[in-house]
Amino acid sequence: MSIVLPSGSAEPFTATAKYTAPVRRPVEPVGRFFLAHASRTLRGHTWSEFEKLEAEKNVKKVEEDEDLDLGDEEQSAELLEHDPREWKTADLYAVLGLSHLRFRATEDQIRRAHRKQVLKHHPDKKSASGGLDQDGFFKIIQKAFEVMLDSTKRQQYDSVDEGANVLPPAPKSKYDFFEAWGPVFASEARFSKKQPVPQLGNLETSKEEVDAFYGFWGKFDSWRTFEFKDEDVPDDTANRDHKRYIERKNIASRKKLKQEDNKRLIDLVERAHAEDPRIKLFKEAAKKEKEQKKWEKEAGSRKAAEEAAAKKAAEEEAAKKAAEEAAVAKAGSKKAKEAAKAAKKKQKRSIRGAPKDVEYFGDASNATQIDGDIEILIEKLDDVQLADVATKVTGTDASTVKSAINSVVSDLIAGGKLDGSILKYFGK
Amino acid sequence: MSTVIGITFGNSSSSIAVASSEGKVDVIANPDGDRFIPSALSYVGEDEYHGVQAESQLIRNPKNTIINFRDFIGKKFEEVKIDESLQNGAKPIKGANGEIAYEITRNDKVEILSVEEISIRHFKQLKLAAEDFIGKDIEGVVLTVPTDFTEHQREELVKISNASGLKVLQLINEPTAALLAHLSADDGERSLQDKIYVVADFGGIRSDAAVISVRGGIFTILATAHEHGLGGDKFDAALSEFFAKEFEKKYKANPRTNARSLAKLKAESIVVKKTLSNVQTSTCSIESLAEGFDFHTSINRLRYELTTRQSLSEMTAFVERAVTKAGLEPLDIDEVLLVGGVSNTPKLASNIQFIFPESTTVVAPSLDAKAINPSELVARGAALQASLIESFDDEEIKESLQPIVVNTQHIIKPIGIKDASGKFHPLLVAETAYPIKKSLQVTNGESSSILIELYEGKRTIKETVIEPTKDEDDSEDEEDSDEEPEIVKELVYEAGDKLATLSLKDLKPNSQLEVTVNITQNGVLHFSGRELKQGSVAVKGEITSA
Repeated sequence: MSIVLPSGSAEPFTATAKYTAPVRRPVEPVGRFFLAHASRTLRGHTWSEFEKLEAEKNVKKVEEDEDLDLGDEEQSAELLEHDPREWKTADLYAVLGLSHLRFRATEDQIRRAHRKQVLKHHPDKKSASGGLDQDGFFKIIQKAFEVMLDSTKRQQYDSVDEGANVLPPAPKSKYDFFEAWGPVFASEARFSKKQPVPQLGNLETSKEEVDAFYGFWGKFDSWRTFEFKDEDVPDDTANRDHKRYIERKNIASRKKLKQEDNKRLIDLVERAHAEDPRIKLFKEAAKKEKEQKKWEKEAGSRKAAEEAAAKKAAEEEAAKKAAEEAAVAKAGSKKAKEAAKAAKKKQKRSIRGAPKDVEYFGDASNATQIDGDIEILIEKLDDVQLADVATKVTGTDASTVKSAINSVVSDLIAGGKLDGSILKYFGK
Repeated sequence: MSTVIGITFGNSSSSIAVASSEGKVDVIANPDGDRFIPSALSYVGEDEYHGVQAESQLIRNPKNTIINFRDFIGKKFEEVKIDESLQNGAKPIKGANGEIAYEITRNDKVEILSVEEISIRHFKQLKLAAEDFIGKDIEGVVLTVPTDFTEHQREELVKISNASGLKVLQLINEPTAALLAHLSADDGERSLQDKIYVVADFGGIRSDAAVISVRGGIFTILATAHEHGLGGDKFDAALSEFFAKEFEKKYKANPRTNARSLAKLKAESIVVKKTLSNVQTSTCSIESLAEGFDFHTSINRLRYELTTRQSLSEMTAFVERAVTKAGLEPLDIDEVLLVGGVSNTPKLASNIQFIFPESTTVVAPSLDAKAINPSELVARGAALQASLIESFDDEEIKESLQPIVVNTQHIIKPIGIKDASGKFHPLLVAETAYPIKKSLQVTNGESSSILIELYEGKRTIKETVIEPTKDEDDSEDEEDSDEEPEIVKELVYEAGDKLATLSLKDLKPNSQLEVTVNITQNGVLHFSGRELKQGSVAVKGEITSA
């Protein structure tokens, strides 16, 4: 029952009175309605703005939920003509129109896509547009749906789903390492029993992460199985031996395929590792670092060696200099000696000649005795006395010569260098 | 499970609750298995007893057992009047700083514990119990407080909680928490109904009541009432006295002279009281009550209700007083929510039902089997609030509690429209906080142009006299009270002052119309009417408050 309003006609709007003055009271700050009130008050939203915001929030959620074009993909003519007996060779995801999702498709998405395909390809529909024997593709759809809903069968199919594989770049061609290999590893990652799988990363990825990445792929634990490629085992009981033979063959071929796949993966990872520019960079960096370290490590001994070499050089230099100096000095002293010798000779000669020059002090009869004494004196005199006496006795009169010789004799006797008794003339 | 919890800390017992993100609430049991953990601490030798274990020490070790200390938080010794009859544990004394403290003996050494220290220890025990249950550290807690807790007491309580390692997210009022839990029970549908509630909380040693209006999910407290000393302990005392008399009569021995006998009597009275809430008859047996005599008797519910009659009528009067304090009449109350352990008593619920008209629902376990356990309500509400504000950071919570947000304008008279028969239909009921927007769908009937008149409602009480139906067969009772005609009172709002008129023209018969009233924050009332069809233009206008 709805409220019926009174009839009548008036101005569109007339205000008659004011409503009673409000009273201010505290509301209790609890409950979600209070939180909404608080957010309205604090952010200054009006009611309609607030409602709009709330409504927008709700709309977004709805949009996220739906993907309406699921399963709208068109199948290729080739696929539509596929022999239903050979359904295993068909691309089962493409059959359901899920080739863009593949192993990522959820069960719900598979169900919805299947429903769409059934609506489109049901034999009843086909026969209506002529042709009665048109249920081949429908059979494949049903087979695909059966496989997709059984988790074991789906895993087996995903293992051999070529459509989801990303091939590595052709060797020896030019390509960007990360662009080419990133998707390869991303697609291989789906086989990992351990999730999440580390990403390839980029040139800036740290060494630890890169090492962890190759470490993970080196120990890759794959769930990939190859039952899907089995040859059909005949289910008649007539030929049991043949059946067992086929079973054995299947097991062997699975094993072989698994080994091949493991080998393929190992090769793949090795190739990527070999081509990875980061590994090269790390190697170079490591080498540089090693050298740097070595250089630093040897810094101590090198310094010591340098010092030793410098010291040795200095010593050699000093020795050379000393030798030169010595040679110079040697040469100088030879000359001086010779000069001194000559001067000595001259002095000796002048002393020896002095008595004779003054006619032996008027005492020529004792000339031999005087000369004998002079010879003894000259032998006894040292260089200084010799020079001294020589200057005293040259070019003077007899008494001066005599007194000079006498004083020298008395000096020598006093010095104990000369025995007065051996002198025959002087010292008397 | 969420790591924020709600705690209600009462004088007699405390409860912990945690809400899951789907809104399911668990009341947590402590390691003893109690969901209503007695707020009691007891010291024996080195050991600290807590909860039920501490409470049972009241018989043997009352001097070292501390109970009923919540209300003393943040109070000075001089400020409070201590009711000795409620303190049958350790006696409160004056502490070093004038606060209330207790003196206990621990390992022959006398210790003075302030109320704050005791509360911290109590909270630590609660925290342990909660962490035991959840298995994670507690990140935050919403605490409930009685409405008459002063600002200082609230601050002290926050300090205590923080000191015990529980970060306080928000303090909320106990009656509001109880109401929140009650309204959230039906997926929150109930909170969208505009009703006025009385939340009556009967605790152990005090009673509180609050009149709360719920408008568009927003709660406003219209009035509160408090009565200290009125509570479940009064029932225990009355029962104890009854048993004591009977014992005296039987054995000529007085159990009241001995503290231990009294404690035993009280403990057994509590058990009997709880039993009688569920069954008609209960036995009471106490070994060696006094002078070596064992005591065994039985009591039925009627006897119990007679014994506790005085407290029961006091409680009923107390609820009535709260309604009067709000300036309302029992007719205005849509629901009465009973909270606290005493609410389990069937007589209390029926007594309260009696003072309200039949249109008022009383929510109590004895009247409604689906009602939430009244002892759990407050803790549940706190847990719900905790889970609501869990995702907010402290700054946001603080901002939301500012007076500018919390203090809002409320219209005091209902505002609505009048239909063709002159009946008043409220769009906004009295005590609605604004900003608010409400719409109502109406129709024009057969007329092509209509008037939408906005009125303020006028409260009137319609009295309908129902003539007693004459029972022809029963001739004996003819002269009895049956002859008195029954008067049924009904609260009716009539159109009072006209505020504004809108007119819509050129309408097809029976088209759908929408009338909207929107009061903005600054008090302007926008009134609009439009036809509910694509491209229709709304007729609108605005009025202001007086």
